[in-house]
Amino acid sequence: MIPVSADIIPLFVAVPLAGAFLNSLIGKKVKWLPDVIGNLTTLAVLVLSVISVRLVTEYGTLVYSVGGWKPPVGIGMVLDGLTAFMLVTVNLVAFFVAVFSVNYMEKYTSKQKFYTLFLLMLAGMNGVIATGDMFNLFVFLEIASVASYALVAFGTEKHELEAAFKYAVMSTVGSLFVLLGIVLLYSYTSTLNMADMARVFAQKGTGDITLMVSVLFIMGFGLKAALVPFHAWLPDAHPSAPAPISAMLSGVLIKSLGIYVLCRIFYSVIGITPAVASIFLFLGALSMVIGVFLAIGQWDLKRLLAYHSISQIGYVVLGIGLGTPLGILGGLFHLFNHSMFKSLLFLNSGAVEYSTGTRDLQKMGGLAKRMPVTGATNFVASMSIAGIPPFNGFWSKLIIIIAAVQAGRYGYAFWAVLASLLTLASFMKVMKYGFFDRLKERWGRIEEVPFFMKLSMVALALICIFGGVLLLGGINQVFLDRATAVLLRGTQYAAIVFKGS
Amino acid sequence: MIVYLLTLVLFSLGIYCVVRKRNVIKLIVGIMIMEYAVNLFFILVAYRMKGRAPIFSPDAEIVNMVDPLPQALVLTAIVIGLATTALLVGIAMKIYEKYHTFDITKIRELRG
Repeated sequence: MIPVSADIIPLFVAVPLAGAFLNSLIGKKVKWLPDVIGNLTTLAVLVLSVISVRLVTEYGTLVYSVGGWKPPVGIGMVLDGLTAFMLVTVNLVAFFVAVFSVNYMEKYTSKQKFYTLFLLMLAGMNGVIATGDMFNLFVFLEIASVASYALVAFGTEKHELEAAFKYAVMSTVGSLFVLLGIVLLYSYTSTLNMADMARVFAQKGTGDITLMVSVLFIMGFGLKAALVPFHAWLPDAHPSAPAPISAMLSGVLIKSLGIYVLCRIFYSVIGITPAVASIFLFLGALSMVIGVFLAIGQWDLKRLLAYHSISQIGYVVLGIGLGTPLGILGGLFHLFNHSMFKSLLFLNSGAVEYSTGTRDLQKMGGLAKRMPVTGATNFVASMSIAGIPPFNGFWSKLIIIIAAVQAGRYGYAFWAVLASLLTLASFMKVMKYGFFDRLKERWGRIEEVPFFMKLSMVALALICIFGGVLLLGGINQVFLDRATAVLLRGTQYAAIVFKGS
Repeated sequence: MIVYLLTLVLFSLGIYCVVRKRNVIKLIVGIMIMEYAVNLFFILVAYRMKGRAPIFSPDAEIVNMVDPLPQALVLTAIVIGLATTALLVGIAMKIYEKYHTFDITKIRELRG
């Protein structure tokens, strides 16, 4: 039924872009139109990404040559296991966030502008994931970043503007480092196609310049991924954005612009070296521990969640840096799980803010009695992030820790366990002060959030509960294993892409 | 050689400006300086000694042409830089409306 064709790949960029265009063009005329366009677009991309998983299972790596120019001349877009995995993660979160926004964004002035920027950001992220061209990657990176600066500032109040400015300045400097890295790569390899670059590296060897490029890329993409020395913008920017956007930023933006690109460049193009792997391990462990320590003391619910994003990203990088099949599997699985439970937690915080108007944990209390759905889903998400069985977060953390022990990295395994315990402690605090304590009188009359917000929260909570299913034989083979295999194959990427085109 | 060093100096000046200056507008100018330095460097990478403009015509033979690809890429990078700068300036204007200052040491309500 599904035609074997790579023509599906550009749709991941084209559909959200078309949605954004339509929205800015005619969204103002009818009040409900932006909602419909936003949701239909994200749904369409979600369906496409599920189809892409199927295509990858059946036909292996697919390559689309933009404008009919065959690689290495033209811009190539590559669909392989890792791409399909990331596309599903991103678009799944994007769809539920769009559903949530139907009710939530009522309190802001312009839904049309919101959905336009949202779809632009989605197009940028999908582009980063699907592209096989270095400069094209930079362009999509900037599309997603610029849209996210505007979305962080969406409320245009004091704090939002301050956070957005800080985020924009730091992220722009990061992008410039990335661009400088791409310039140096181009000067060394005389090509921009990632597969061709990998081939040149295989022939010419990785010279001294690769060291410089690696440093620039780790700085640039590390800043986008908010690894610890580069994390200063995240705790301001993520809480200041409207809740659905916080969910997008923490859930998928830092992963697709940061982690995915780091993996792709270091594993598939340059080829991972022990030095880079140990930098990954070190930065991962550092983010994991520092993030969770900073999180424990927070009383602002969204700020606490933002610090936990730094910590959980540390787990992903740690797993991927281990470089063993099990470690990479655990890292990628944790990436998927973190997208699900962190976006759910941010949506929960949005629901609380929607009903009570506060994000301060000390002012909340007993909200689960008045908001049962939010309370229950928040419980599921908190247990997932803290790594309690049988929720999804448990399985991925377990795999990462087992992989660390197997690789003989006992120290890192210890830090991973410690960070997990501290995470549990800080979410105990959220549950106790926010949801389970005695109901304060002032919250006696608040109401549960509207239907669409409940719908998306419940759906994400179900994914959190049944996320462990992804590890079962058949499903694992088509989804996670394929993504892991891409990273394990390393620089054979070049040969596979050239065969596919 | 000296041109490359001057580009490096320009880039460092931009970083210095971003790191040290307190004025929001000067920060934005610093970012723009960095951007121009990277763009200039990209053009320099494409330059060949005594090369000619990469214009193809049937009667001229193609010898010693500068690399035309980075020029196209730099155009794109400039447009992206324009979008970023415009957005930054827009945010800076709004910040001035709310805080009545451009001094970043006074725009510090988020901490912790």
